[in-house]
Amino acid sequence: MHAAWIILAILVITGFLLGNHKAAVLARSGKLHSRPRYHGVFIALWSLFPGLMVVTLFALFASWTIDTMILKDLHGTVDQTNAMEQSVLLNKVKLVAENKMTLNEDMGITMETVLRMQTLNRSADTLVTALVMGAGLLGFGYSWNRIHREFRARQEVEKMVRILLVAASSVSLFITLGIVLSLIFETLRFFASVPVTDFLFGLQWSPQTAIRADQVGGTGSFGAIPLFAGTLMITGISILVAAPVGLFCAIYLSEFASPQVRRWIKPALEILAGIPTVVYGLFAALAVAPAIANLGKLTGLDVASESALAAGLVMGIMIIPFVSSLSDDVINAVPQAIRDGSLAMGATQAETIRQVVLPAALPGIVGALLLAISRAVGETMIVVMAAGLAANLTANPLQAMTTVTVQIVTLLVGDQEFDSPKTLAAFALGLTLFCITLILNIIALGVVRRYHEQQ
Amino acid sequence: MKNSFTLKAKNTLPSESSLPPGAAGAGNDPVKMDSNNVNVYYGTKQALKDVALPIRMHRVTALIGPSGCGKSTFLKCLNRMNDTVVGCRVSGSITLDNEDVYGPEVDVVQLRARVGMVFQKPNPFPKSIYDNVAYGPRIHGMTRDRTEMDQAVETSLVKAGLWNEVKDRLKEPGTSLSGGQQQRLCIARAIAVNPEVVLMDEPCSALDPIATARIEELIDDLARNYTIVIVTHSMQQAARVSHFTGFFHLGELVEFNQTGIIFTNPKQERTKGYVTGRFG
Repeated sequence: MHAAWIILAILVITGFLLGNHKAAVLARSGKLHSRPRYHGVFIALWSLFPGLMVVTLFALFASWTIDTMILKDLHGTVDQTNAMEQSVLLNKVKLVAENKMTLNEDMGITMETVLRMQTLNRSADTLVTALVMGAGLLGFGYSWNRIHREFRARQEVEKMVRILLVAASSVSLFITLGIVLSLIFETLRFFASVPVTDFLFGLQWSPQTAIRADQVGGTGSFGAIPLFAGTLMITGISILVAAPVGLFCAIYLSEFASPQVRRWIKPALEILAGIPTVVYGLFAALAVAPAIANLGKLTGLDVASESALAAGLVMGIMIIPFVSSLSDDVINAVPQAIRDGSLAMGATQAETIRQVVLPAALPGIVGALLLAISRAVGETMIVVMAAGLAANLTANPLQAMTTVTVQIVTLLVGDQEFDSPKTLAAFALGLTLFCITLILNIIALGVVRRYHEQQ
Repeated sequence: MKNSFTLKAKNTLPSESSLPPGAAGAGNDPVKMDSNNVNVYYGTKQALKDVALPIRMHRVTALIGPSGCGKSTFLKCLNRMNDTVVGCRVSGSITLDNEDVYGPEVDVVQLRARVGMVFQKPNPFPKSIYDNVAYGPRIHGMTRDRTEMDQAVETSLVKAGLWNEVKDRLKEPGTSLSGGQQQRLCIARAIAVNPEVVLMDEPCSALDPIATARIEELIDDLARNYTIVIVTHSMQQAARVSHFTGFFHLGELVEFNQTGIIFTNPKQERTKGYVTGRFG
């Protein structure tokens, strides 16, 4: 494998130098269409891409092919229907073949298989090296022959670079797709044991089920409503804190603060963004929640020691810098000309900000709020520490509540089996959360776009 | 006429006393805004030196001069838009109807409602055409109901010569108009609050010749009801639209006189050099 990469690198570098040289020589006898450098890059790219493709394809299929062959060898010793046992044995063979483990009697594999694995790996290496060399030389030869005085190397290179750019931008798309697909498959397995309607509309969340037959456990009820209600409540409280404070802060910083004040306050706010959420959680659990509980005692309200209010307040403080810093940037980006236009008509600074600056900055402010909301929705640590784990379905922010993300964590922590509904429920929750944030984003985009059209 | 007398007594420029007698309206129009010993500093740099320049009612006063000569700075002193510039300091006296605009009792918001401004680049708000014009009347509470507002918007747009082009699309954004239309929208917006003086800072420099001609016609019309001060880089434009012209150079007001005299018979060598295109 390493040899293949080295060959590829050598091909690319010599391709560039030779192409550059050939074009430079051609240029002596008349004007070239493209500068010699483009010819060099053209050859380099043509030497690189075919080899790269071979390596990628090989990486995808070679190990799979070898695995299948080895498994065929193990035919006698392994139960064909047990996928788990198969993969365990295969792993043992691999580890021994790579000298990371010594072979002993009770492993269930023979030296013969290990040797076969090593041979297969070696020949695969040779094969890929040869293939890469062949593909690279083919590409090199093809592109070498195309170099003429009138050859439009610049256009060709630009085309190839464009393909590269498209590939880079589609990476995130494919990864998102992959994440969604993996979520969907696990979710479908979950819905095989728990009906969709029970999950989406059930009012009871207690996912404790027996993992082993000898355990005592609940039958488990997977109604997600209390979790989403809790998420909504805590996120709502945090936005109620962060939106006004952050926005007012941004207005002060961008419209009123002197440069000196700004120089101090902005970094200070950004420190707030750098505090680990665990520390926020400590602050929430040890300072804010008891304070709220004491306040409740004084006023005669019944406040739980862990409350949604405490978590929401602290989470709101956490996302203030997102709102203020981003809003400050977009408000600053509003052209001074339209501020002057408003001031020159005898508008006060307040009128100018309210009626001209903020409307002009609104799309950016909405974007900042959205980012803050998505942070709040995804936040886990503060909720675990300050709002508890109890899935109460209540509209009272003084009670303990829990959120979707917290439950996902608790479902996957500890002794788990990956086909029990309890574990799979985490994926269903994740997918639902993903859908909800997606819908939120689409709505917000629509709002911003409609607002833009009106202007 | 008291203003004119005090002005003549105060003004040290030779041009003012040497106005030819009997020249059309020369020196006899009442002075709307007056300025004396105006010095402006940006930090430690002096941008204007001892400027004294009268602005006459219902006349167009043009300020010309090479870039960086202080003409825009002077314009911005007239409605205190310089206040928004950090480190800017103004001394001397500038009066509007004999009231000091830098006086302690002056509310800058009210001053700017009386002395409006049109900027170099069209700067419509990101709102509809209607809301752009209605903005001023709305913040100053000038209309009582929707009908009056509609009326005010229409009047301003008619005065700015834009009504026929936009009357069917008042709900469209102001930014959807062409550059020349945007500038006329800004003029409509400025006159919607019924200012007494309209300051224009190179209002045509971002426009093509046809749009420029329209704005110049408009300035002519507006001068009947408003006092206008215009900063311009185009000497032809100053000659075409203005009644009085002041020539600035290196922060000084070199010469101020009737436009005809400035362009045909300037008293100062520097003015002659500039208007004949020898420098600047």
